[in-house]
Amino acid sequence: MAEQGVLKVLIADDTDSDRLILESIVKREGHSVVCARDGLEAVELFKSSAPDIVLLDALMPRLDGLGAAKQIKELAGDELVPVIFLTSLTDTDSLVKCLEAGGDDFLSKPYNRFIIQAKIKAFKRMREMHVTLHRQRDEIVLHNEHLLQEQTVAKQVFDNIAHSGCLDAANVKYLLSPLAVFNGDVLVAGIRPSGSMMVLLGDFTGHGLPAAIGAMPLATSFYGMVQKGFSLVDVLREINQKLKSILPIGVFCCACIVDMDFVKRRIKVWNGGLPDCYLYREKTGEIETVRSTHLPLGVSDDKDFRDDCVYLEMDLGDRFFMWSDGIVESRNHEGGMYGEQRLQRVFERNDASAQLFDEIIEDVHSYSGEACRDDDLSLLELKMVEPHQVLASADALSGHVSTGLMEWVLDFKIKPSTFRLFDPLPLLLNILVEVPGLRRHSGSLYTILAELYSNALEHGVLGLSSEWKETPEGFARYYAERNKRLGELEDGFVSFHLSHNTMDDGGSLLIRVGDSGEGFSHADKLNNEHKTDGYCGRGIPLIRTLCESLRYIDSGSQVEAIFSWSNDE
Amino acid sequence: MTQPVDLEALAALKDIMEDEFTALVQTYLADAQARVTLLHELLSKQDLDEIRKNAHSLKGSSSNLGASLLTDLCFQVEQQSKDNQLEGLNTLLSQIDEEFVLVKEALENC
Repeated sequence: MAEQGVLKVLIADDTDSDRLILESIVKREGHSVVCARDGLEAVELFKSSAPDIVLLDALMPRLDGLGAAKQIKELAGDELVPVIFLTSLTDTDSLVKCLEAGGDDFLSKPYNRFIIQAKIKAFKRMREMHVTLHRQRDEIVLHNEHLLQEQTVAKQVFDNIAHSGCLDAANVKYLLSPLAVFNGDVLVAGIRPSGSMMVLLGDFTGHGLPAAIGAMPLATSFYGMVQKGFSLVDVLREINQKLKSILPIGVFCCACIVDMDFVKRRIKVWNGGLPDCYLYREKTGEIETVRSTHLPLGVSDDKDFRDDCVYLEMDLGDRFFMWSDGIVESRNHEGGMYGEQRLQRVFERNDASAQLFDEIIEDVHSYSGEACRDDDLSLLELKMVEPHQVLASADALSGHVSTGLMEWVLDFKIKPSTFRLFDPLPLLLNILVEVPGLRRHSGSLYTILAELYSNALEHGVLGLSSEWKETPEGFARYYAERNKRLGELEDGFVSFHLSHNTMDDGGSLLIRVGDSGEGFSHADKLNNEHKTDGYCGRGIPLIRTLCESLRYIDSGSQVEAIFSWSNDE
Repeated sequence: MTQPVDLEALAALKDIMEDEFTALVQTYLADAQARVTLLHELLSKQDLDEIRKNAHSLKGSSSNLGASLLTDLCFQVEQQSKDNQLEGLNTLLSQIDEEFVLVKEALENC
């Protein structure tokens, strides 16, 4: 449509007078007209002048309207070019033939000007809608291609992060669609340095990229921490906190995480929002279920997060099953749901536990038939085996297993320019939590370090008296003086000596803090354990409750604390 | 008796055609004359298919000029030739001849 609203109309009629009348009517509507006397001329004219609407007489010499319509419709292809037959044909057969040839409408003789105008208007609108529709369709196609491309990239990134972990270990069977991450399903598994296997099956709310986006930080945290030896609870808390801060309200992750200890032959389970997990007893064929007793990940703040787990003893050959709701909620043609009872029946019918996994999938498939979409089915089986059966495959797969910091010593000394501007505690704490066993004690460690550091700086280096802090007025004076002396300070230091050793079932951290001050009569302070109500001296008794031991060395300008931790949570 | 051409239809046509009305009438009369002559020739050859097509065309153009009786006669010819009925076509063509003279007269005088 070259000009706004002006159509080019092709009129083909072998009767000159009829053509003249139609031409006048169409022109009076403001449209331009091209004329043909027969079907062949009409087709040629259609090719050369590309009209918007075609008016064809049904009976014409050389090529009739039917033949012309067929060719024109073929030439028009995807474009909507309305073909209106001009006819006084009245029998149904002829009209049907016109429609079959591609005709969109009829105009009968004698011509009625108003009907013609109305029809042209209607087809013009239809054409405009068609153009809009096609433009939008093309846009949608483009958007869809774009989306698929983005998903491919996102999936690549995710696969790089999540890789296969130890899902290929001999005791693991799993079913997970390659595009599961876009259904919100995520499955990660890793071997801890201790040799236990940690597995997390998660199901994010929603679909597509919003559902996939949370899987990235989840997988990163999981693999980063598991290989360093962090405990299930540490990993869980970290992921929960991360998801809570990243995900918008309403987006969360139903998850079940397990830590399978092949030496102690037990499994530790935390289920937050996933369907009941099944523990299948090889000897008795009985099932024990682990119900979800927690909120999904990414819902609660860390302080409200509940990390209590269920421990289950497992014999060799016992199998632990986890699934997302895709299995239970699989639908058949009638819209019915697979449901938990059918699932339980699969277990009851089974007589060879090695087949269980396949039987479950088969049963779901046969229930939902053609309607089944494997995209939504995520299923995992973990079998209790001898430790060496897992580790052999895990070592080969996981490449390097970093165990985090184990035995080490650190000396760190800070000088006046640093006192004024820099808080060294986060830095030191960052190093300490690289020790897997110390991470969950970061709160206590912070308290110990903070107290010892401020004692060393304020009483040791700056020579402030803690007795000032016994009254509120003195307290204010104390801090005013602290800032003044800090500003004027030219010499002095605080030194940290940290030394970590591992033991059978844990480790111990030695913290020695020294300062350039003159020391003090520490015997008084240490003996004064009950003086906790005043403003001063409250630090030492608190530290003593947190540490295994605390002692002052030399004149009191050095203090040594020993913090012990054990693997048994 | 019915008018050979419907004057109301003709008035509407004048309104549409404006200056070209006379040219339209001349075009119609020339075309119609040619087809009437052709119909007689085709009848002598007993070419019923061509008779049907030409009667159809003449029917259409005559209807547009408001010549209702002529239109009706053409329709009868079209139907009979479609049904392979030669009988009576001769009479119908004579009626068309007579009616066309009247239509022509009416159009030229309007």
